[in-house]
Amino acid sequence: MSDILLTIDGKEVRAKQDMTLLEAARSAGISIPTLCHHEKLEPYGACRLCIVEVETRGHPRIVVSCVYPVEKDIVVRTRSEKIDRIRKMILELQMAHAPDSFILQDLATEYGADKDRFEKEPSFCIHCGLCVRYCAEVKKKNAVGFVDRGIRKEISFIPEIASKECWNCKECFELCPTEALQAAYVLIEALISPETSFKPEEDGDRTKGDQDRKARKGLSVLA
Amino acid sequence: MDTDRIDQIVDKHHGEPSSLIQILLDIQTENSWLPREALERVAERLQVPMTRIQHIATFYKAFSLVPKGRHQIHICVGTACHVRGGSRVLDTVEDLTGIKPGETDLDLKFSLETVNCLGCCALGPVMEIDGKTHGKMAPAQTADVLKNYD
Ligand code: SF4
Ligand code: FES
Ligand code: FES
Repeated sequence: MSDILLTIDGKEVRAKQDMTLLEAARSAGISIPTLCHHEKLEPYGACRLCIVEVETRGHPRIVVSCVYPVEKDIVVRTRSEKIDRIRKMILELQMAHAPDSFILQDLATEYGADKDRFEKEPSFCIHCGLCVRYCAEVKKKNAVGFVDRGIRKEISFIPEIASKECWNCKECFELCPTEALQAAYVLIEALISPETSFKPEEDGDRTKGDQDRKARKGLSVLA
Repeated sequence: MDTDRIDQIVDKHHGEPSSLIQILLDIQTENSWLPREALERVAERLQVPMTRIQHIATFYKAFSLVPKGRHQIHICVGTACHVRGGSRVLDTVEDLTGIKPGETDLDLKFSLETVNCLGCCALGPVMEIDGKTHGKMAPAQTADVLKNYD
């Protein structure tokens, strides 16, 4: 398989044939913001934050870099006025759902996004699918999935599986860009077995204060 | 719906995981809703995760996860039916059945839904019951139509 040469942000980049633009850019040390991408998971293309401009024979167009395969001789721009504008809009829309997400807040600062631009509809989930896909693809447990669609889409645990698997795993918690999953799960735990839910973690790397904060956030999910 | 019948449906589709939606539709048609035990059986037979089945069953409007009435009333509130008084037809049917769109009465007789255009606007306002179209409905006529169902 011969390598593919392309230009990203004015830099010559050599990429493997089966790479995506995102992978090619990262391998060359060029960063592109992502929310739904995870190295261990299949590309998903949900958040659209990783869009870049691709120019072929003088025609620029916008593509989603985490699912777009590298092509010979294309010219890629990871930032431009247009891209920044779209990213800003995406962030503003997402922040209507998850205004307190640290990841979104940092990105908002970078792209000048106003978290109050749209009326708040805190669902605490931006549908990145990281938790759902991680549980399915990496852990192969399928304890959490999506239900419903469109604006009503949300995550949901299968209780029979969750009660067996989740307590000892919880690896999806860390992945959530909004921490909503954590909140929701901790909340459910608190409701089902209140006597155990505030117990400090055995593995020690999470403090009790941290848990309390999560639990409080969980309550605001209900509000 | 018993497990044998579900197995038959699954077998009819050769236990193909890719036929999942078709299998769920068959169960929905026959049983008018999808009980949890049925979904669990399908998951087991097809070896597909419950999360996927749950996603599909909640994604498509054609599926119901709660019991449905013996008769499905669809009242059109599309633009053409709306200007011809579709909402008044809806109001009357709500009064007669005691249920709102999306609900089923306690006797499991009727389930009520609204739709946005059934494709026969010239007949508006349109009320459809179990797939049969009742056109040019006047609110006063609805009681007569509903009487024919039990
Ligand atoms: S709960 Fe979090 S990780 Fe899961 S889909 Fe929503 S935003 Fe993504
Ligand atoms: S990272 Fe590419 S769409 Fe989310
Ligand atoms: S609007 Fe009612 S059938 Fe078209």
